[in-house]
Parts: sequence; C-alpha cells; structure tokens
Amino acid sequence: MHYQPTGYDESFESTGEPRPACREFLRRLDAVGVSELGRRQKEAELQLRNSGITFNVYGHQAGVEKVWPFDLMPRVIDREEWSQIDAGLRQRVTALNLFIDDVYNDRRIIADGVVPESLLQSSTTYRPELRGFSPTHKAWCHISGVDLVRNRDGRVYVLEDNLRCPSGVSYVLENREMMKRTFSQVFHGVSIASVDEYPEQLLETLLSCAPPAVRDPLAVVLTPGVYNSAYFEHTFLAQQMGVELVQGCDLVVIDDVVHMRTTQGLRRVDVIYRRIDDDFLDPEVFREDSTLGVRGLMRAYRAGNVTLANAPGTGVADDKAVYAYVPEIIRYYLGEDAILHNVPTYLCDDPKQREHVLANLHDLVVKPTNESGGYGIMLGPHATPEERAACGDRIRSDPRNYIAQPMLELSTVPTLVDDDEPPRLEPRHVDLRPFVLAGQDVYVMPGGLTRVALVEGSMVVNSSQGGGSKDTWVMRA
Amino acid sequence: MLSRVADSIYWMSRYIERAENVARFIDVNHNLTLGEDDDNGQQWAPLVYITGDQGLFKELFGTPKRDAVLRFLAFEPRNPNSILSCITAARENARSVRESITAPMWERINRFYWMVRDASSGDAALAEPNGFCDQVKLASHALVGHTYTTMSHGEAWHFSRIGRLLERADKTSRIVDVQYYHLLPTAADVGSPVDLVRWNALLKSTSALAMYRKTHGRITPDSVADFLILGRDFPRAMRFCVMRVQESVSEITGSRPGTFTCRTEQLAGRLRSDMDYTAISDVIREGLHEYIDRFQAQLNDVGEALHADFFTLTSEPETQRQTQPQS
Repeated sequence: MHYQPTGYDESFESTGEPRPACREFLRRLDAVGVSELGRRQKEAELQLRNSGITFNVYGHQAGVEKVWPFDLMPRVIDREEWSQIDAGLRQRVTALNLFIDDVYNDRRIIADGVVPESLLQSSTTYRPELRGFSPTHKAWCHISGVDLVRNRDGRVYVLEDNLRCPSGVSYVLENREMMKRTFSQVFHGVSIASVDEYPEQLLETLLSCAPPAVRDPLAVVLTPGVYNSAYFEHTFLAQQMGVELVQGCDLVVIDDVVHMRTTQGLRRVDVIYRRIDDDFLDPEVFREDSTLGVRGLMRAYRAGNVTLANAPGTGVADDKAVYAYVPEIIRYYLGEDAILHNVPTYLCDDPKQREHVLANLHDLVVKPTNESGGYGIMLGPHATPEERAACGDRIRSDPRNYIAQPMLELSTVPTLVDDDEPPRLEPRHVDLRPFVLAGQDVYVMPGGLTRVALVEGSMVVNSSQGGGSKDTWVMRA
Repeated sequence: MLSRVADSIYWMSRYIERAENVARFIDVNHNLTLGEDDDNGQQWAPLVYITGDQGLFKELFGTPKRDAVLRFLAFEPRNPNSILSCITAARENARSVRESITAPMWERINRFYWMVRDASSGDAALAEPNGFCDQVKLASHALVGHTYTTMSHGEAWHFSRIGRLLERADKTSRIVDVQYYHLLPTAADVGSPVDLVRWNALLKSTSALAMYRKTHGRITPDSVADFLILGRDFPRAMRFCVMRVQESVSEITGSRPGTFTCRTEQLAGRLRSDMDYTAISDVIREGLHEYIDRFQAQLNDVGEALHADFFTLTSEPETQRQTQPQS
C-alpha cells in the first residue's frame, strides 16, 4: 500500500512502518485493496443517505440537511495511550466540576488567590442568577466533550473543554455501526473497545442526578427543533435512551414544577437533558425573545424541582481565558499535576502577554474567549496582513475577549481520496473529541469523535466547513 | 405520549397514504388512456377533480392536458397534494418525531423521499408513469409493513393507523364519487364495452378488482358501490377504514365498547354504527353523491375532534395547523 506521511501520522511511523496498534488492521486492509475500499466508501455514503444521518448547515440554501461525511479509514488508538487519556479526562472533568461549584458558592479558589476574581467578573458565561446554588451531587457538567489534538511533537494537548452542549456523540455510535455494516471483515481478529454502552450510561447519569426527593424520575431531551444543526443527534439520543424528545412548546411550568403536555394530560418532568444554550432556556430570566425555551424553567430549577443537564452556568469553566488556569485548578482541588497538557496560552488581558501576542500575530492563533465551533478564529500564519491588523485592533479594544496560542500542526490519519483519479490513501489532519459523563460517577467513552479535515493540508475539521469524521478504535489488546 | 408527537405521527401517515392514492389515480388513468385518442384531454380532467385541486390546477396550467396533469399530481411543489409535496411533508413530520418512530420506519420514509426526489428531476416518470407509481405504492406498503412489524401497537401506532385510514376512507369516497358522476349518464348501458373498461378502472384504482370478483362476480354499479362503500373486509372500503379508526380511538381512550369519553370517540362510533346498519339500497335512495358528501363531512368532523381532543396544546394559542385540503 502506497502511503506517504507528511508530519506526525497516527497510523504510520515516520519510517513508513505501521504503528504497532495498527499492524493487524493494516494487514487485513492490504488484503482488501484500496479500490475495494473505494467501493465500500460509496456504499457507506448511500447507506448514510438512506438512513438520513445528517446535520444541518445554517444559511445553506439547497436543502438545509447535509449527509454526514464519513471516511471509512478508522483512527486507531493504542491501549496504553488511551488509558493515560482516560485518566487525564477524568481528572480534568472532576476538577472543573469542583471549580464551577466553588465559583458559584464559597469561592475558595479566589480567596486563595489561585484564580483572579476579575476573570469571573468579566466572563460573559458566568450566571450571577445561580450564585449560592448547587445541583444534585454537585454535578454541573454532566456531559463534556473535550477536544484533543496531537501536535507534530507527538504530544496530545487539550484544545478546549466543551462543557455546555457538546455534540457529536451520536456520530460516534453511527460511525461504528456504519463500519460494521459496510466493512465487517476488517473487524475480524482485532479487539476494539465497544462504544455501545453510551446511551445506557447517559440515561443512568441523568436519572441519578434527578432531584433527590423524586423516586421514579422521568427524563426528557429538550431540543430547539428540526432546524438545529444537531437535531439528528437529539432524536438519536432520545430514541436510544427511550425518553421523549421535547421542544419548548411541549413543556409548561406550573407552581415551579415542569410538566409536559401529553395526549393523556400533563405529566411531571424531573430531568431535562437540554440541548438549548443558557441564553434561550427561559425568557423570564435570560433572553426575553427566546421562543425555544420554557417560561419559568429557572424558577423550577432553583426550587430544586427539576435537574438541568448540563447545569446553566457551566460555560464559566470553558471560557478560554479560564482554560489557561486549568492546570492550576487541577492542582488546587485535587493536589495532582495535570495529566493532559494544555496548549501554551497567552491571555490578552495581561499587558505583558498582550504585547507578546501583538508582536507575534503572524505566528499565533487568536481565539475569542467565549465562542465555540471554530467561530471568530484568526490563524496568524495563514492570514493576510490586513486580517492580522484587524485582529490586533480587536484585541486592543477588548483584550479580555481574546487569547492566543501557538499554531499547532495536527496529526494525520490515512484517508480515502476518491476524486477523478483511482482511489488512494492520503494523510489528512484530525482532532479527537472524547465524551465524558459525570454524575455520581465518571464515565469516559472509549475513543470519541475523530473529525478529519478532508481538504488537503487543511486543519479545519468542523463539519460545516468541509470536515468529515472517522470511526475511532481504542484497541483492547 | 406528547401531543405534538401524536399530531406529527398522525399527519405523517396521512401524507404517506395521500401520496399512495395519488399514485393509484395516475396509474389507473394512464392505463385507461393507453390506446385511446391521444388528444383527448377529458381523460385527464377527472383526475384533478378527484384530488380536489382543480382550482389550483386551472390557475397554474389552464386546461388539463396529460403532461401538465401528471407533473401537477406527481411533482409540482406548488401543489400541496402532489406526491412530492406529500412525501416531503411526511418526512418533515417523521423527522420531528424521529425518536418516537422506529429506525426501519424512518429509513423507509427517507428512501421513499429520495426515490420521489430523484424521479422528479428526470423525465422517465412522466413518460412512463406506471413504473414510478408502482414504486410509490410499494414504498408506501413497505412503510405500512415496517410500522406494523417494528412498532409497538400502542398509542403512537394507533394514531398512525387513524391517520392512514381517515385519509384512505376520504380518498376512496372521492374516487367513487367522481367515477360515478362520469358513469351514471351511461348507467343504462351497463355491459357496453367502454363502460366495462371504466368500471374495471374504478375497481383497479383501489386494487379491488380481484377481491370484488371473488365476492360479487359480475360487475354491476350497485355491487361496486356496495363493495367500495360498505365493504366490511376489503381494506380500502370506506366502512373498513371507519371500523378500524373507531377501534383505534377506543384503544387510545380505553373506553368500554359502546361507550365514549371524548368527542372523537362519539363521532367515530356514530359513523361506524351508521355504516354497520346501512344497506346499499339506502345509499342509492339518498343519492350516491349526497351520501358521499355527508360521509366526507362526518369524516372531517372526526378529524377535527381528534385534533381538539388529543393534539391541541390547550394553554397555547392556536398553533399552525397542517392542511387537509377539501374541495
């Protein structure tokens, strides 16, 4: 098989030898052949279309739905390496939960001078309405999707902690299903950790975090509706857990208790896995013009009559300026060194660091602190001088809103390229989003969502911008 | 179950059934016109009347000609009752309740949608509609089969069945009404070759010819009307549909036989027992057209009551309702 890695490749050493964890799989693949792989790829795409596995693109004219782009070549993770990542994720999410609970209550971490108070006061995702509140089991971020990348140095870094409504887990399950249906022979003789447990674990996490007084809790998934970009995922998770998928109009709050409207009348709801941003949850407290949320929901929440997952206000901990403090946060609450590395981060709010950023814009990636999904990012090495100058102006006028990091070179995975020429494998850059559940216990799904930039040389993995995805194999042996 | 979900499942089934019926109409009419004078535009006019969209058709295309009628009924996006519009609406409804239907059902609807979408961008379906109509019927039946075999026969399943059978009863009543209107002037000549072709076509459009023959043998107007209106066992007969609707409503409410707890149940039960104790001679005496008119009004009342009893979000102002266009 002809394949030429360009930088750090997940499947091959720089010498061109397969990495140990990939050896067996690549041997089987050789027997199948790349042209057969191309045929299977087409089969998988047809299958995805038929089963309507899609995502919505905002502002996309020709039919809002697009079929989920999937690449048959899996990303393989070595068992030893995964156990490190697993431990690092547990540690990180545990510490962040403690941090959020502390920030809304005792604020010891500020009193002890580890994190400056100004950082919270200036955070737009901090919710003063929740001061003095603590959810069941002090669980704030029940579901997190932590973005990891591997740099050219071979090290894995945390790129960002998504603690609000991270999406993508449904595609992890569907990708595995798709692989098994279209490419079953490559599974023979390899032992891969199963991802099928996730819906059960999610349901368990949600139910275990119900208000303590409720004996037989009822959980629902709250979606903004069919036009949301992750609508497929909302239906998928509701169906897999066997709970109702509700919209704001299906719920009503009476005497601080949430009910859903059914054909047999009102029924009490105890746990809401909400896939709506804080801002839209309750027009009474947050955005008045929100038609997606439920009037009175926050009253019910603060009265302890309903659990919201994730809890409102978790965004304070995935503010990118707070991100820079995560290693200290871990040390402060757990007394341990962070297992997973942070990307070195310059806080533009700090005058000295700002100077450095402004002087080195051509080398750095500048990110707004409160955006997610890759919006508003300036890639210094790829930007025009005008774009860099405009970015500098934005930093000077609102320094708190920006951080900068060195430009990483994401690792690659062999990816099927099937254009006009015969199908072949070429390196394409990837990231990894593992999913972590934290209620009474912590559960880490083995692997996660591998997103791949399908355009040669590109590091943009977002599905709205030409990204695809791959099945992710955590080897058991 | 959620009221919104019940509503969507009901409409999903209705739209699928509507698409299937439009395909049946096209199929049979196409067969009728084969071997006939090509310019005979009259042959295609009744089709537009059956679906009740003659006003819109006239506005868009003027006189009913073959290609225009076919395109209008199969693929015209401005016609809310075209096959393409129906399957699009069915899929949108299914998408909004995807967690409540089973994965095989969703996949069937999705494939159905893509099949029609793909057909709409080519000319093959208009040149030779039979193949396309067969695919539509097959896709609809496949969905009904998957619904029957993969979904628990609980509340959602009953709402789906109610939607499908209310729609079917309405469509059968329309086809009987329109075809009789055309056949009656020649009713005295029953047995003439041309006439027989039309009677055959009427039965075929409801896939009823073989089953009719088994029950009644020779084709007579009264027997055909009896079979399609008051048939107890034939699944496209109006009475068959009403019986199942009434059963499903009772399953949902859990009422004892002969009692009712809501308006839907009362109206469905009343319509059913009326049909149970009606003979075809009663229908002829009242006038077939009058009887069917009254039937359609009663059917609409059941649909309205269903909406009020189960789907309306009571504390909310009237939300946008889906359409049930009636001429």
